[in-house]
Amino acid sequence: MKATILVRPKPGILDPQGEAVQSSLRQLGFHVDEARVGRVIDLELDDGDESAARAELERACEQLLANPLIESYEIALET
Amino acid sequence: MTDQPRPRIAVVTFPGSNDDHDAALALERLGADATLVWHAEPELPDVAAVVLPGGFSYGDYLRCGAIARFAPVMDAVRRFADGGGLVLGICNGFQVLCEAGLLPGVLRPNASLSFVCRNVALRVEQADTPFTGRVQPGQTLTIPVKHGVGCYFADAELLARLEANGQIVLRYEANPNGSVQAIAGVANETKNVFGLMPHPEHAVDPLLGSTDGTLILGSLIDSARERLLTAA
Repeated sequence: MKATILVRPKPGILDPQGEAVQSSLRQLGFHVDEARVGRVIDLELDDGDESAARAELERACEQLLANPLIESYEIALET
Repeated sequence: MTDQPRPRIAVVTFPGSNDDHDAALALERLGADATLVWHAEPELPDVAAVVLPGGFSYGDYLRCGAIARFAPVMDAVRRFADGGGLVLGICNGFQVLCEAGLLPGVLRPNASLSFVCRNVALRVEQADTPFTGRVQPGQTLTIPVKHGVGCYFADAELLARLEANGQIVLRYEANPNGSVQAIAGVANETKNVFGLMPHPEHAVDPLLGSTDGTLILGSLIDSARERLLTAA
């Protein structure tokens, strides 16, 4: 089973990386109103119960993969 | 000074710590016995205080401090702090304490995205802590910063709580990194854990341009010694 975790800066949290990307894109002539930079984490898991895997990934996100103070996360499972 | 007991203070070395020896040297010169403790140790030696030094623990992978907080020694540090023990986190050590939940808030990449490395002026907001006994509220200290990830963040609700509890200990006079409310250092609710981005261990000799760091580290040593004497 494959899991993809998408970690994003929460709305309203200053994202200087996103701002730098936005201004670079604008300099290149792209019309971009806003850019936010997050992180993708690909995980390979043992095949098993999907809902149990999801619950475990939630714990992994809360404990390590995201900092809930500033980041939100999304979990996608591919069986 | 010489006849006063020298409290033993642990300085934790994580893989990637690079200010552990500077911190130990500064503590030794200011009247403590510094003991370096490797991150893989499950227990702390018998010490009166713990310092988490600056550096780039575990390569700063994922988020600064996010992986170091799971080092075996951190369980012992947590127990030590929960028991009222004095814990000081400097720069990366501050990031580790925030990620570990021993201090409120989080450190994020500087708003400028630039690494800042220079002396900064700090205003003492709270002198009633074990780390600020030698300074006065409102006093200005000159201590260097050197970090790329020093932008302190706490949401409005947390900030209000920190302010009400007097947990905001130091503020920058000119904000070098975009920290919310120019916060440079915060304590936990019980004030036995303190973290700051500036490096007091780099401001302990006139040759370094400032000796104001001795006021912070000296205050810690005073408090550690006091606890040693009370316990004896």
